[in-house]
Amino acid sequence: MDNRQKEINNLKDYKYGFSTDIENIQAPKGLNEDVIKFISNIKKEPAWMLEFRLKAFERFKVLKEPDWQKPKFPKIDYQDLYYYSAPKSMKDKPKSLDELDPKLLETYKKLGIPLQEQARLNGIAVDAVFDSVSVATTFKDELTKQGIIFCPISEAIQNHPELVKKYLGSVIPTSDHFFATLNSAVFTDGSFVYIPEGVRCPMELSTYFRINASNTGQFERTLIIADKGSYVSYLEGCTAPMRDENQLHAANVELIALDDAEIKYSTVQNWYPGDKDGKGGIYNFVTKRGLCKGKNSKISWTQVETGSAITWKYPSCILKGDNSVGEFYSIAITNNHQKADTGTKMIHLGKNTKSKIISKGISAGSSDMTYRGLVDISSKAKNSNNYTQCDSLLMGNKCGAHTVPYIKNKNSESNIAHEATTSKISEEQLHYCQQRGLNPEEAVGLIVNGFCKEVLQQLPMEFAVEAQKLVGISLEGSVG
Amino acid sequence: MKEQLQKDFDNSIKNLSLSQKDIEIKKFFLDNFINKGFPNKKEEDWKFSDINQIIKKNIGELSFYNDQASTNKVDTSLFVDGLEHNKIVFINGRIEKIDFEYEKKEQIEIIDQSETINEFKNSNSLSDLNNAFTNKCFKILVKKGYQLVKPLIIYHTTNSKIWSKNINLRLNFELDKNSSLRLIDLFNDTSEKNFLNIFYNFELKENAVLKNYKVDKFENKNIKYAFNNIDQDKNSISETFILSSGSNFSKNEINCNLNGVYASAFINGVFSLNNDKHHEIRSIINHLTENTKSYQLIKSVLDESSKAVYQGKIFVNSDAQKTDGYQLSKAILLNKESEFNAKPELEIYADDVKCSHGSASGSLSEDSIFYLMSRGLSYQQSRELLINGFLLDVVEKITDSEIKNLIKNMIGIRE
Repeated sequence: MDNRQKEINNLKDYKYGFSTDIENIQAPKGLNEDVIKFISNIKKEPAWMLEFRLKAFERFKVLKEPDWQKPKFPKIDYQDLYYYSAPKSMKDKPKSLDELDPKLLETYKKLGIPLQEQARLNGIAVDAVFDSVSVATTFKDELTKQGIIFCPISEAIQNHPELVKKYLGSVIPTSDHFFATLNSAVFTDGSFVYIPEGVRCPMELSTYFRINASNTGQFERTLIIADKGSYVSYLEGCTAPMRDENQLHAANVELIALDDAEIKYSTVQNWYPGDKDGKGGIYNFVTKRGLCKGKNSKISWTQVETGSAITWKYPSCILKGDNSVGEFYSIAITNNHQKADTGTKMIHLGKNTKSKIISKGISAGSSDMTYRGLVDISSKAKNSNNYTQCDSLLMGNKCGAHTVPYIKNKNSESNIAHEATTSKISEEQLHYCQQRGLNPEEAVGLIVNGFCKEVLQQLPMEFAVEAQKLVGISLEGSVG
Repeated sequence: MKEQLQKDFDNSIKNLSLSQKDIEIKKFFLDNFINKGFPNKKEEDWKFSDINQIIKKNIGELSFYNDQASTNKVDTSLFVDGLEHNKIVFINGRIEKIDFEYEKKEQIEIIDQSETINEFKNSNSLSDLNNAFTNKCFKILVKKGYQLVKPLIIYHTTNSKIWSKNINLRLNFELDKNSSLRLIDLFNDTSEKNFLNIFYNFELKENAVLKNYKVDKFENKNIKYAFNNIDQDKNSISETFILSSGSNFSKNEINCNLNGVYASAFINGVFSLNNDKHHEIRSIINHLTENTKSYQLIKSVLDESSKAVYQGKIFVNSDAQKTDGYQLSKAILLNKESEFNAKPELEIYADDVKCSHGSASGSLSEDSIFYLMSRGLSYQQSRELLINGFLLDVVEKITDSEIKNLIKNMIGIRE
């Protein structure tokens, strides 16, 4: 087989696996105060921001990498990473898309995210993040008319310091756990969203993350603030080239919902999962936390996790405001040697708070999947409710599926219900489908889609179609 | 604590006639315990019940030496009436009586194992403590094909002669092929502020049946930890029932290894707590081969500022196809100060299995109370009726009718 053929075969497995040959500016390798100052400097950040980073770094130095998670991985050498990498053409920010490096435009086009005006996806505003910088944000003007701020966080630090100062680190403090603190010290870019009082965001906001440079960690930071009575739906998608090495992606996402506000956050995560033997792939160690700060607020997480060598994340809700609602819908699919340890935390602090967790795990090949979740109803959270359902589906006897829920009820007026099942696709179901002319793979696809339906329904239309396809692709080759 | 441990250890060694080798082994376990200390909440298994803090708060300084030279008088009024049974009586940790009066003597063997110490697979620092300080360890062997005519009741009695003491007990049981044993552990304490550390090891051969009922009913201010290790061969059945109510703190751990095909394990538990009691049940069921079955049902009624914890784990090995595992925990919180924590865990490596768990906690249903009151019951009566019914569900799972009635009487459940 010649090289060309090999490449084509590889692409069939993971169609986003190409890399873009582009000239980069990188920070010196390693992690130290100088690198942090370098990042802060190149982004022309104000002094308070650098202080924020250095404070986090001080804290980071005394923290130890946690080791309680189920998927074990070889120790990461944090000094052997690049913490900043950006296309050279982005050094002097292009003012419009016409000035943007055509190679970047081409990359996004290939990924199915056209940035040019005429080809844009209808009704979705996109912020495209390439390695450590945001390269383009679409529909900016239209959003500005309504007072909505949707821009890279590096821009927000310059233009809206009062908002960033007030909310950055208010949900995930600089003194949080190991990876979150690392992110606070070295985060490079990400999205910033502010929805003003009473505004219902007219379109879906979306960020597309792309890791391109090798040996680089991606540390993005997203901050979404929904002011009183506002609504926003936010989507996130991710891909990376195929490489033999493992790359670290440690993002922080903070959501803040004030009185009567609602935030809907959807993720379709399709980082490069490594090859069939488990070589390469992204380590996706992400901290996502939402704070229902005001009364009657609502935060809803939906995630479809199909990529990454290791996924290790727990999108959480802190239900502080009375009558606030937290939701978590998740599909996690692992195949080959992928590993996932994911779930959620619902922390009930306010009265009459409600939360709902629907988690579907599918594990195939030699993969391993864990649902880990916490439901904590504090003694003040009177009349609160939680419902949890986590189902796992196993395909083959080399994979594992585990459920580790922590349930704490400190309030006699509150109810918690938790259910979990583990099973496999029954022979009867397969037989029924095959009898009607489906081949085994299609049959499995159909059954799995039915299994996931409850979660897929939560995704916005455009994403749901994409996700449904993804579910099918991720399980290819796992039957028979 | 270290000096105290060392001193008490030297004292207890003095009174035992141990070989040099055994002393070495015991010393090894003592050193292990000194290094690790009591488990604390940093350890995952003790996350909800920090026994280190609990001992500090409730007892303060413990002493570990028990003078076992003199015998204690057995108070026969403690014995259960109306049920003929065999007896083992522990008073303050000392075996005072072993009596299998209803059984064929040649079918049961009592082996003094004081000189051999076998290790537990699933050990923590409390097993080290137990190994270092237990001085008499018996193994009860039920021979092939023998089924005990009457149940065996083990009386765990303490009296006011001891306080701030650590008592370590150890018993091993072997049930040979086709044999069966009904075993009741009955706790009766008039002492205060002691820490009881009890280890049982059960070995069930082919077709053996073990029914173990643990009843901790009488109010006392002691702290208890009990560990049951059960190894099961082909076709064997183990049934464990736990009534967790009387002690100030109690943690029951069951580790069950289903090694043979068609082996099954049942664990049923009731927490009925008030004051500021804190009880825990932790179960680990290891499905290690195919066609094994486990069933667990735990129910709690929590009043005042009591706290109950249930940590249950079903582990399914990749060879253990056709496993059937079920686990349900339910709790009623009667008071706003009460607390229920659960960690129902599944760890599964085989695909052709049926495993599920459920956990629910909340208040008594107002609708049900309304229903009963509208039919003429008072609020108090309705409440009692509902709680009775809730707990009866578990007690009804007891397969032995004699013992079921005994336990119903003890709890005061009426039908």
